[in-house]
Amino acid sequence: MMKAVVNVFLKAGVLDSQGKAVHHALESLHFSNVSNVRVGKQIIFSLDEKDEKKAMADVTKMCEELLANTVIEDYTIELVK
Amino acid sequence: MKVTILQFPGTNCEYDTQNAFKSLGAETEILWHKSESVPSDTDLLVVAGGFSYGDYLRSGAIAKFSPVMKAVTKYANNGGKVLGICNGFQVLTEAGLLPGALKRNESLHFLSKHHNLKVINNDNIFLEKLNNGDVVNVPIAHHDGNYYIDEKGLKELYANNQILLKYCDESGNEKNPNGSVDAIAGVCNKEKNVFGLMPHPERAMEKILGSDDGIKMLQGFLEA
Repeated sequence: MMKAVVNVFLKAGVLDSQGKAVHHALESLHFSNVSNVRVGKQIIFSLDEKDEKKAMADVTKMCEELLANTVIEDYTIELVK
Repeated sequence: MKVTILQFPGTNCEYDTQNAFKSLGAETEILWHKSESVPSDTDLLVVAGGFSYGDYLRSGAIAKFSPVMKAVTKYANNGGKVLGICNGFQVLTEAGLLPGALKRNESLHFLSKHHNLKVINNDNIFLEKLNNGDVVNVPIAHHDGNYYIDEKGLKELYANNQILLKYCDESGNEKNPNGSVDAIAGVCNKEKNVFGLMPHPERAMEKILGSDDGIKMLQGFLEA
């Protein structure tokens, strides 16, 4: 059994309105040293798989087909044993 | 003329859509998403608005895996006419039947109001009753209506006359409520048989409710 941690964020060139709003809120709390705020989502699940390569291939497919919309989003995958 | 209207869990505009097409004299059927086929006498398939699957993950992201969507894709690929309104537009982009994607509104607010739209390309069955440059007034009601497409895709939309409508003010000057690329409110595919828009023409069928500009829009489908 391993754990998969998928992070999904808007692509670098795509305006992240939520990130911008959070940035403004942080500024209004006087954190003037903040920049490049991005808001994304994290999807965590267990995977009944021992072969790390196969697990990576499966999770990549999940991201491409469902977890991310690759027109606007990038994703990262982390596998934890 | 038979209009088939898709219904997912969370769809909420199917009866408005049915009422609109009925008032134009069409025969209608509401099709539950578990169906694995599209009725063979369908002349137009409408993916109605709402919040399919509660907009979980992304608007339209789960609906694209409903059993009926395979049949919808086949129907569209065979040249069948498909119209996606609001959440239906989101479902069609998620399913890859229309280019681009819909992001959260730039203001982060849910927008629910009447908005003016300018007809950009009428060389298609949807808008043939209107002239390019015409301004129509139609309600919008969405949280994720911020149309995005990359530069390459945008060039293709322009080159193939795939941009149907843009948001504007009452004189037709561009006015962007949600941050959409080039204020785009609706697009079609290259083959011009699949159409999607965020505004709700089915809610603009009676003057007493604010506008009947939706009639001219939806009528295009009925006479094709």
